[in-house]
Amino acid sequence: MSDGVIPAHPTDVVENVPPPVGDNRQERLPRSRRAAALRDTLIRSVVPVILALVAGGVLLLILGTNPLKFYASVWQNGVQNGSWQDSAMLAAPLLLIAVGLILIFRANIWQLGYDGQYLLAAVLVTGLGPHITGLPSVVFWLVLFLLTALVGAIWTLVPALLKAYYETNEIITTLMMSFVGIDLANILVKGPFQDPTVNIPQTRTIPSNLMLPSIPGTRVDIGVIVAVIAPFLAYWLLTRTAFGLRLHVLGANPRAASHVGINVKRLIINSFLISGAFVGLSAFVDILGVWGYVRSNWNPAYGDTVIPFVFLARLNPLAVIPFIAFFAILSNGGDLAAANTNVPTDFLLVLVALILLFMTVIEYFGRQRDLGQSYLPPGLKQVFSRPIIPRRRGTREVNS
Amino acid sequence: MILVFASAANIFSKPVLTSLLVGGLLAGLPLMFTALGETISERAGVLNLGLEGMMLAGAYTGFLGAYYLHSATVGFVFGALGGMIGALFMVVLCVWLGLDQIVVGIAITLAGEGLTSVLQGAQFGTTYPRLGAPTLASIPLLDRIPVVGPSLFNQPPIAYVCFVLAGLMFWAFRSTNIGLNLKAAGEKPEALDAAGVSVIATRSWAALATGALAGVGGAYLSIVAAGVFTPMMTQGQGYMAIVIAMLARGKPIWVVGASFLFGISLSIATALQLAGINISTDLINMLPFLTIMVALIIFGRRAYLPPGLAVPYVRGMR
Repeated sequence: MSDGVIPAHPTDVVENVPPPVGDNRQERLPRSRRAAALRDTLIRSVVPVILALVAGGVLLLILGTNPLKFYASVWQNGVQNGSWQDSAMLAAPLLLIAVGLILIFRANIWQLGYDGQYLLAAVLVTGLGPHITGLPSVVFWLVLFLLTALVGAIWTLVPALLKAYYETNEIITTLMMSFVGIDLANILVKGPFQDPTVNIPQTRTIPSNLMLPSIPGTRVDIGVIVAVIAPFLAYWLLTRTAFGLRLHVLGANPRAASHVGINVKRLIINSFLISGAFVGLSAFVDILGVWGYVRSNWNPAYGDTVIPFVFLARLNPLAVIPFIAFFAILSNGGDLAAANTNVPTDFLLVLVALILLFMTVIEYFGRQRDLGQSYLPPGLKQVFSRPIIPRRRGTREVNS
Repeated sequence: MILVFASAANIFSKPVLTSLLVGGLLAGLPLMFTALGETISERAGVLNLGLEGMMLAGAYTGFLGAYYLHSATVGFVFGALGGMIGALFMVVLCVWLGLDQIVVGIAITLAGEGLTSVLQGAQFGTTYPRLGAPTLASIPLLDRIPVVGPSLFNQPPIAYVCFVLAGLMFWAFRSTNIGLNLKAAGEKPEALDAAGVSVIATRSWAALATGALAGVGGAYLSIVAAGVFTPMMTQGQGYMAIVIAMLARGKPIWVVGASFLFGISLSIATALQLAGINISTDLINMLPFLTIMVALIIFGRRAYLPPGLAVPYVRGMR
């Protein structure tokens, strides 16, 4: 003891390591355990997707469509014959939104206002863009890049302040701001940003020479590169910076966070702003990469479908990349496949919901196994055998 | 200038006033049902983000019931059952298995949106069959009140059910063991368990009741308000109901008042059009949400949620 080295039992060290921050886990665990952890992660992430596809297939069968034919059509329209390029361009905004959500979900804050943030940023790009076409293209892009990030961030400000100072539930505030943002975007499209040369309510179109250029040899625009950089940036932010650590502490235990001297209010506001900025950037990539203009009542609602994959990736910004790629293919191919096989496109929503449900169930079984408990939840048997209120003085139960 | 004055005077004319009051009441009813339901489950510590999906499920099944069996009453029963199917997921996954209520809630919403749309499409294709106009029941004497009486007290029967329900809940929360148990399940589940009442059962019944009420709220939209089921017809009303429940802080009477106010802001477009004022529909659509934001900013400090909310209860675990 005199030399200051505290001897520790080797197994103790392995057994008692608290869940490490970020992905340091893999460096500390021995090889066999690392393999086991990787296998577990794969099972927990991939099995729900497979189960959902199977369950979705059953639903398709009930609806009278051959599920194999449907999924084959998804593959053909989503990957083959160069359509992977469209999938890649669809993946770009999805990836940026996913990164924005991961960063704030890590702090256990539920920012669900992505639709409003995305649309407002998109509308302002198409509203302002055509007026500053005189700028050199690089400056043009830089201005709009900053603008979208700023718009997305500003639209989270009210929920952020309410959360930081009054602890108002951010799910509600962000959703409300999202609805307000969607309507405001429509007002802007029909009002000040309306293209005067057409009769339908839509904005002016960004000139094609100012749209983001394609990667040579493909139709894929360079916005996809921006979108792929973002997860790596987020990964670095979360695992290698003090900000990431603070975010993690806040997410694990807000009270502990304030006890160790973290300025919780400022951290909450910052995480909202960063999250909003990434969501805003998705509009930059999407509008300048693909659309070029915005119509009224247009809402791709990317965020709703991104959420399950954010969870499946266990809030790991790198792991979310393959999931988003998968969904982009499913979505891009699925739209056409649905049209070909007469299935409503909303079938994709069902698929996403199924993935979420199976994910939570698999998560449950995994947790039970880790804890060494039985697979049957405690109290399942006697749940409905008990009255909602105890019987007293001979009164019979009064059930709802 | 004269035109503006003329229309300003029109605002207080009889048709505008009645359309504002009655429209507010009718538009507020589905919110009221759903928010009353959410009040029950929030009180018991279950945050039900799947409300939107349950409303849609109820709207769809309710419409089917009313369409095939030609009875609005059967429709509402079906609607309640449809909402309860959605709630069943909540009960099994969140209350029994203790899974994340937010994730499951989002999943239920997505499933409700997708499934009802897919089923509707598979069944009716792109046609949207309509139901007949709902039958109305008037309350004797009250319907003789001048100006608003004839329209305000001559409503489909389900409207009266809603107010009776709110009264019942007020009484149940205040002076029955059920109310006490629900409150304990949200405030301090350990205490409820120690008192020998199953937290799991209490929360399960609460979540099921929420599903049933959300289903009826949705069924109201498809059977009475629209007379037709269209995909995504709830348009965020499930979320509005959650906010109303939170703002009302578990008090049924406040839920009624708040729903009525939001109903007015939903129906104000028609009233303004009657008054000859034309405002962008987007601005009108924005109003309820903007109202909520302003309300949250003003009353933000006093928003209260039970400490047990969205925290699964596992006996012996802290």
